[in-house]
Amino acid sequence: MLHEIIIAGFGGQGVMSMGQLLAYSGMHEDKQVSWLPSYGPEQRGGTANCSVIISDEPVGSPVISHPSVAIVLNKPSFDKFEPLVSPGGILIVNSSLVDKKSSRDDITVIEVPASEIANEIGEPKVANSVILGTFLKLTNAVSPDSIIEALKKVLPERRHNLIPANKVALEKGAELINK
Amino acid sequence: MGKVLMKGNEVIAEAAVHAGCKYYFGYPITPQSELVAYMAKRLPEVGGLFLQAESEVAAINMVYGAASAGVRVMTSSSSPGVSLKQEGISYLVGAELPAVIINVMRGGPGLGSIQPSQSDYFQATKGGGHGDYQIPVFAPATLQEIVDLMQDAFDIADRYRTPVYILGDGMLGQMMEPVEFTERKAAELPPKDWATTGTRGDGGPKITNSLRLDPDDLEKHNNHLQEKYSKIKENEVRFENYLTEDADYIVVAYGTVSRIAKNAIKKAREKGIKVGMIRPISLWPFPEKPFYETRENVKAYLTVEMSAGQMVEDVRLAVNGYKPVHFYGRTGGMVPSQEDILAEIIKMAGGDQ
Repeated sequence: MLHEIIIAGFGGQGVMSMGQLLAYSGMHEDKQVSWLPSYGPEQRGGTANCSVIISDEPVGSPVISHPSVAIVLNKPSFDKFEPLVSPGGILIVNSSLVDKKSSRDDITVIEVPASEIANEIGEPKVANSVILGTFLKLTNAVSPDSIIEALKKVLPERRHNLIPANKVALEKGAELINK
Repeated sequence: MGKVLMKGNEVIAEAAVHAGCKYYFGYPITPQSELVAYMAKRLPEVGGLFLQAESEVAAINMVYGAASAGVRVMTSSSSPGVSLKQEGISYLVGAELPAVIINVMRGGPGLGSIQPSQSDYFQATKGGGHGDYQIPVFAPATLQEIVDLMQDAFDIADRYRTPVYILGDGMLGQMMEPVEFTERKAAELPPKDWATTGTRGDGGPKITNSLRLDPDDLEKHNNHLQEKYSKIKENEVRFENYLTEDADYIVVAYGTVSRIAKNAIKKAREKGIKVGMIRPISLWPFPEKPFYETRENVKAYLTVEMSAGQMVEDVRLAVNGYKPVHFYGRTGGMVPSQEDILAEIIKMAGGDQ
């Protein structure tokens, strides 16, 4: 099992935290993981991103040229990473913020109206968890329970009230694939 | 304590604390500022001292002072900041003071960029400051390896009374991986009877000094330093051989680039090219033995660096004309991709196979 994931969006959209959650969860499941952030000038122009690897074997290069999964949360990230997804890979698009359509027929493209779903849940902050729910359903990279465990570690105590909403968001995200 | 997920810069700092480092003097610079911040928080917890100096020059001279008092001390910076420290490093060498210096390299020359680079190899391994000297240089490739090498670095600094470099790059500093801090037995080290902690009536004054005006005296001191370097060359070489037993071709890379190269090597093997890797862990002393052992049997070497070609000179010295040594490098903060390295391997092996 080898998942090479790139998560990209605006700075402040929670891109780095999403990646760290995945890495924590992978570690929690005794998998080999690495997390590599973009930093500095390449973030200008709207594509803060991080590369996360979850694997059964020790991680070689932490740098990903062609992700097996790209999660894009804004338009510049779509433009940058849609062409790079490896053939047979998955592109998950936050369709609440990106109105572009992929023209590639060699990858699976999943559009997630994350903000709308989060608003339905009544907690706009959990939009990224909706997307994570979709991602986990598609890949089984880690279990949603591990994400919740990781959230308990990553979130400060005063934010633990958000955990139930995150749980619902993960489920709603997964349901998009069942349909 | 089990595995924890940490940033490379934080791992360097925590590993230093585990190695008994209680004193840190430094000045923030991207991409290693997390290291400074971590030390500011952590050292007071273990009864140590963190001080953000007014400049890199001040920081390295504070290191000189603390090292003279015989404590385990460290400073860290990134490329331009390490250039500023060079005078102080030469003084540390001259006065034979143990200290650990971290360089989380970024693109140069000048202020350059803040992206990862390996272009300070010459500076670290060929002097950097003035005078005839060498400094042991270690280059970890994974965050777990940092934990072991930090302990080694402090032990070697104390054993040989020398500054020691840990050379990483922006990627290593910024990335996160699970690490485990395992306790290990303290090494047997000579007592620091030279430290300037007062005489207590046990002899004459203790002086740490790099000024020796008498040429005869200074030559003797230089001879003594060279003897020390011979011992370090004998005892402190570290490297990793990866799939070299049956290799027709060998890639040479260190630090994070070696990890990218490993991916390329796996792909090349799938294409039927028998390629392996020599990964120098100590950059000085440079591991010559794995080249002596392979240079008669392999067909060629390929050195890959995030520089315009620095370590490749040491590789060529070790291969000594036996076989061609090719080079592939990226500069300025650009990172070679595994596809690029694979293409270079295929080229070295004589085209598509």
